[in-house]
Amino acid sequence: MQTFFQQLINGLSLGSIYALLALGYMIVYGISKLLNFAHGDVYMLGAYWGYYTINYLHFGFITALITAMIVCGLAGVIIEAVAYRPLRNAPRVAALITAIGVSFFLENGMSYLVTSDTRNFPQVIKRKTFDLGGVTISNIQLIILVTTLILMLGLMYIINYTKTGRAMRSVSTDYDAASLMGININHTVSITFALGSALAGAAGVLIGLYYNSIDPLMGMTPGIKAFVAAVLGGIGSIPGAAVGGFLIGLLETAVQAMGFSAFRDAAVYIVLIVILLVLPGGLFGKKQVEKV
Amino acid sequence: MKKNWKYNLCWLILMVAGFYLINTLMLTGVINTFLENMLVTIGINIILAVGLNLVIGFSGQFSLGHAGFMALGAYATGIMTQTMNSAGGFYLSVLVGVVLAIIVALLVGIPTLRLHGDYFAIATMGAAEIIRIVINNMKITNGAAGLFNIPQFATWDVVYIFVCLTTIVTVNFIHSRDGRAVISIRENEIAAEAMGVNTTKWKLSAFVLGAATAAIAGSLYASYLQTIVPSSFGIMESINILIFVVLGGLGSITGTFVATTLLGVLDAALQSLGVLRMVFYAVALIIIMIFKPGGLFGKWEFSFKRLLTKKQDGDMKEAGKESK
Repeated sequence: MQTFFQQLINGLSLGSIYALLALGYMIVYGISKLLNFAHGDVYMLGAYWGYYTINYLHFGFITALITAMIVCGLAGVIIEAVAYRPLRNAPRVAALITAIGVSFFLENGMSYLVTSDTRNFPQVIKRKTFDLGGVTISNIQLIILVTTLILMLGLMYIINYTKTGRAMRSVSTDYDAASLMGININHTVSITFALGSALAGAAGVLIGLYYNSIDPLMGMTPGIKAFVAAVLGGIGSIPGAAVGGFLIGLLETAVQAMGFSAFRDAAVYIVLIVILLVLPGGLFGKKQVEKV
Repeated sequence: MKKNWKYNLCWLILMVAGFYLINTLMLTGVINTFLENMLVTIGINIILAVGLNLVIGFSGQFSLGHAGFMALGAYATGIMTQTMNSAGGFYLSVLVGVVLAIIVALLVGIPTLRLHGDYFAIATMGAAEIIRIVINNMKITNGAAGLFNIPQFATWDVVYIFVCLTTIVTVNFIHSRDGRAVISIRENEIAAEAMGVNTTKWKLSAFVLGAATAAIAGSLYASYLQTIVPSSFGIMESINILIFVVLGGLGSITGTFVATTLLGVLDAALQSLGVLRMVFYAVALIIIMIFKPGGLFGKWEFSFKRLLTKKQDGDMKEAGKESK
């Protein structure tokens, strides 16, 4: 029972990182119908921003987190404006290939700039562990959980209760109708990319703190897993993406705890394929009917 | 068939001439080991890229799992030729790799080909990763350390012949009635279905044929390099193959040949740049997609028929192409 709760806490901490990534992935996918392969690499940028600012500018955790979010948000806006906007009316395949190109560019560009070595993330917060009846929880895990919850609620507030959020929802429902209603599409898409990428940046700093190691290719697998989480929860549903993220985190920890750590990634892909076949709409998603 | 003999003869002459050209250059010493290595790499990449172009460019299914099928072929050869160290063993292992790839492609394709666009891309990518992870954790494949000292049977001439064979099979498939069914799915799946095309069947056959050629390329790769590790069949490899296809043009086999050769030569020339080379490729990929989404050649194909039959009016040309 103790191991179960211990793994549950570990799974939730990892899951909250995936949830943050999945939320960003989902809102971007929802609004631009684009599989943003570069999302995981923006998360890598966030981790490197944390690394450099904490090491060289001696930022605290909160400052590093907030600046990383701003910088990654900007990066997201730039990526959208340079690479995705010219292709908004192009075939889907062209946009998908461009997304792969952007991801490839960020990975190799960072490998070139900062070398592909794995680095130790500075431990800006002293690790303490609390013992709760045999189950240990570290302060870093608590920070990750709390930060994730705050950011998630913030995103939900923006999307559900602000004017910008309403614009975002309307653009993702019907692109043309929204633009006829006087919504500035470019502006709304930019804001969406900024929000999604900011969440990814926050996740990058948090994962650096949690796993203590970063490298330029770190974003590739989590990016795909975040998409799996978004699909699992149902594209278009914010609670769905969050739940999906937590579930993927729990699944990974469970597979690892059962001694199949080598097949951790494989389990996630199998879940993806099964979900796509059995429940294409995801847990909380809407069913879509194909129309001519 | 009969009325095409002239053009088929042209292609045959071209292939034989290419073979003898390389052979003479090899004998006279113009092509050294470095250049030979480059040519063989280009050849293997052509097989991979032609197969992927069939899947993406002609059937319109965005597969990101090509490297997984390549891994199957590579490991079939790597494992089998260690016990059967003969040319016969090598060809048997190629066959086993192809059969394996066909079985896996059917297993992956039947459920996932129902998915559209992005979902299919992610699902095939996941499937390829699963293949890689399984190989990475099996005893017979020697895990993450990979296989080495694989006997070399795939010399440049074997690779050359396989490039010709796989291309002939693929191009003939595209130009057949079945190939037109495949292309119609790319153009409009719902319309094709309404016209009585069994979309699942033809999507699947294109996918399986692509997988089979990828397995052949994998076998050649393993046998030529003599060393294989699971990490070289990851998503990066799939994207590399994708770059060849996209640069040449989705739906143009000629384009694939030109782009693969061009990038192969560039690769060899820019080897000293290291990672920076990849940055250039990434930028090139983005720029091509923004300014010329069709790739360098679009859907244009080189054809002896068009070259030999003097310019008639446009309609005739189109009709001629159709009836090939």
